[in-house]
Amino acid sequence: MDPTPLLEMRGISKRFPGVVALDQVSLSVGKGEVLALCGENGAGKSTLMKILGGVYQPDDGDLVVDGNPVRISGVTDSMALGIAFIHQELNVLDNLDIAANIFLGREPLNALKLIDRKKIHADTGPLLKRLGLDIPSTTPLRNLSIAQQQMVEIAKALSLKARVIIMDEPTSSLTLTETARLLEVIAELRTDGVSIIYISHRLGEVSECADRVEVLRDGKNAGGLSRAEISHDAIVAKMVGREIQHVRVPSQANQTPGYLKVRNARSSRFPGHSISFDAARGEILGFAGLVGAGRSEIIKAMVGLDPHGSAEVALGTETLVIRHARDAISHGIFLVPEDRRQEGLVTEMTVRENITLPDLGTYASSGLVSKARETAVATEQIGSLKIKTPGPEALIRNLSGGNQQKVAIGKWLAMNPKVLILDEPTRGIDVGAKAEIYKLMRTLAESGAVILVISSDMEEVLHVSDRIAVMHEGRITGVLDAADCNEQNVMQLAVGRTVSCAKPASLS
Amino acid sequence: MMKKELGIFILLVVLCVATATINPRFLSQANLTNMANVIGLFGVFSLGLGLVIITGGIDLSVGSMCALSGIVLSMALTEWKWAWPLAVLAVVLIPMALGWAQGALITRVKMQPFIVTLCGLLLYRGIARFIADDGTKGFGDPSNFATLRAIASGKIFAFHVGDFKFEGLPMPFVALIVIGFILWVVLHRSVYGRYLLAVGRNEEAARFSGINTRLVITAAYVIAGLLTGISGIMIAFYTNSVSPSNHGNFYELYGIAAAVLGGCSLRGGEGSIIGIIIGTALLQVLQNLVNLLGIPSSLNFAVMGAVVLLGVLADQLLRQRARTA
Repeated sequence: MDPTPLLEMRGISKRFPGVVALDQVSLSVGKGEVLALCGENGAGKSTLMKILGGVYQPDDGDLVVDGNPVRISGVTDSMALGIAFIHQELNVLDNLDIAANIFLGREPLNALKLIDRKKIHADTGPLLKRLGLDIPSTTPLRNLSIAQQQMVEIAKALSLKARVIIMDEPTSSLTLTETARLLEVIAELRTDGVSIIYISHRLGEVSECADRVEVLRDGKNAGGLSRAEISHDAIVAKMVGREIQHVRVPSQANQTPGYLKVRNARSSRFPGHSISFDAARGEILGFAGLVGAGRSEIIKAMVGLDPHGSAEVALGTETLVIRHARDAISHGIFLVPEDRRQEGLVTEMTVRENITLPDLGTYASSGLVSKARETAVATEQIGSLKIKTPGPEALIRNLSGGNQQKVAIGKWLAMNPKVLILDEPTRGIDVGAKAEIYKLMRTLAESGAVILVISSDMEEVLHVSDRIAVMHEGRITGVLDAADCNEQNVMQLAVGRTVSCAKPASLS
Repeated sequence: MMKKELGIFILLVVLCVATATINPRFLSQANLTNMANVIGLFGVFSLGLGLVIITGGIDLSVGSMCALSGIVLSMALTEWKWAWPLAVLAVVLIPMALGWAQGALITRVKMQPFIVTLCGLLLYRGIARFIADDGTKGFGDPSNFATLRAIASGKIFAFHVGDFKFEGLPMPFVALIVIGFILWVVLHRSVYGRYLLAVGRNEEAARFSGINTRLVITAAYVIAGLLTGISGIMIAFYTNSVSPSNHGNFYELYGIAAAVLGGCSLRGGEGSIIGIIIGTALLQVLQNLVNLLGIPSSLNFAVMGAVVLLGVLADQLLRQRARTA
């Protein structure tokens, strides 16, 4: 390998309000090298790559290309340096054909100052051939599969003379054969001297294609692995890499096992897989897994929010028919969704209006809402959840993230939940509010509710759950007892491997 | 929201004062009565359209629905010889059913409101012209259907004190006040009204909160149909003859303009009943102003367009300033 790396990032730091996303991170890629970037959700991979792509500016640190320091202050700078970014959500226009997509924004013009269609199609042909894509360049993008659209993005990168191609979770929506084909293309590009930064949770692919692995953890370098050292266990060990000493509060609740039974839950995201699980009254059941494992989707299918999903749900001895969210709500099954601004709250309405929204009928007589009764309940929730707001009439959008989340939870607490499901309940919330939300979940469980928590924060899942169901690609790969498992076990299951202390899903 | 209504209310007062100063006939009883009458006629369906706009939708079919109501009413009474309560019932139920169908297409088939109601605009107009054989229909002699005529276009509360004779309030104006009051309670005090605002603001969050969003939205189109039917009856008696090819033309645009002037956002989730009524009044005062000030009547639409544009522009600028301040 070349002594001077093609691209180097030295001591990069990036702070966002309240969080240090990257702390003195360094990274280098050689010419024709495939570097895999691994790490848990939130380890800082995306932030680091966005700095390379010119989306963010680092607060500290240097970028060096070919041994010369550079500044990347925008996407154009990054492109000019030969860095191409292929995002997980592809950036293609499906109403245009392949050639038009590849030359978007830099169309060559002919004598009439119109797009030189002959030239763009003539130039596109060889690119497609090089990637083994046997499709005419006049094909509209919407007629291509996701894998083929991805190849078009790679072709675009090549036509831009990219020397480094960043691929963010490129295989998350590909089939096995398509994945194999992509890995072949990556190998060919490497032979041609193109460097690849490959971000993936799928450690199998990483071990197959990477020359080197760099692991990030909590916004810091957690160490690298050379080609010879790469193995599943070695990567997982570096991704986790810490021994957390939790002071676990053992559950005081009288648990009633099997109170909530979910059978054959199937989401439209993974129609081929169904999952089943039980949860006890008084229990907090955590759902761990990497982003895209299908946890939120399964829960939405369970509470009637996925029109093409289905699930058989029983509560105690009663079998429920859940077709709409309102059916689940009428049985006391409530969801605090992941996206609180879009799904959990109406941000342009007041705290009072949001808290009473799901149960407005209770605060009304003959169809007319009693504002006094609403205000009483809102004030009660503001007090018991310690929501920091000027008052019940404040607009949600003016509250901080943590206080918004408390309102999103508070609107259900006023209705005595039997099952409360929290999806990423503490994302973007400060430490103090986090602790309060954990305590609240425990109190609710002890009062006899079933609590389901989806969290991508490993520490959180281990800390709050009694049991942990780990999901991978739409399936539950195992259920762990939080008391006698560690972060390693969870991570192994999350990447699709088996762990001896795990139990199958529905036996509890 | 109060602030917004205040802004357009001030604009209305300024226009009235200006017109009255230039031409005192503006304040004559005949002119004011006539204006109250047309404000009532236009206000009733504008309120329904306002509810639809609050859901984030639009209803372009109002004018054609109005023509269809007028045709069915006059033919039922004069040609098919129906008893008037039956005819009225039909003229109210038909637009409600059409509103329900539009709502169902929008919420269940997920078609866009603009397209669905644009097709409604063409469809109902065509049906009205077809059943009337493209001929103008009327109610014949003014003494016919006296009861219904009195309800739909009469005046009440007439009195005189000494030399002063008050001719009474036109029924359409009374209808607007009564319906406006009911809808104010519905929108600002009832469970349904809260759901309507929540669905308009964020349909997703409303659904996650267990609200039957389809029903809420469909109901808005049904209410809009009901109000269009009611104003259709009053407008038919006001014009006393219904020509199916141009009766009610552009009424949906008057309604949309009134709602937007009155503070409804076409993005949904925002709007007030008082605002829509003031908006309607403003549009009618403008027409009156064009007449009284001797502005060529060909400029009628241009004046209206300019004022709506300025009103919404001023509101937008004020709002941007409030955000940056």
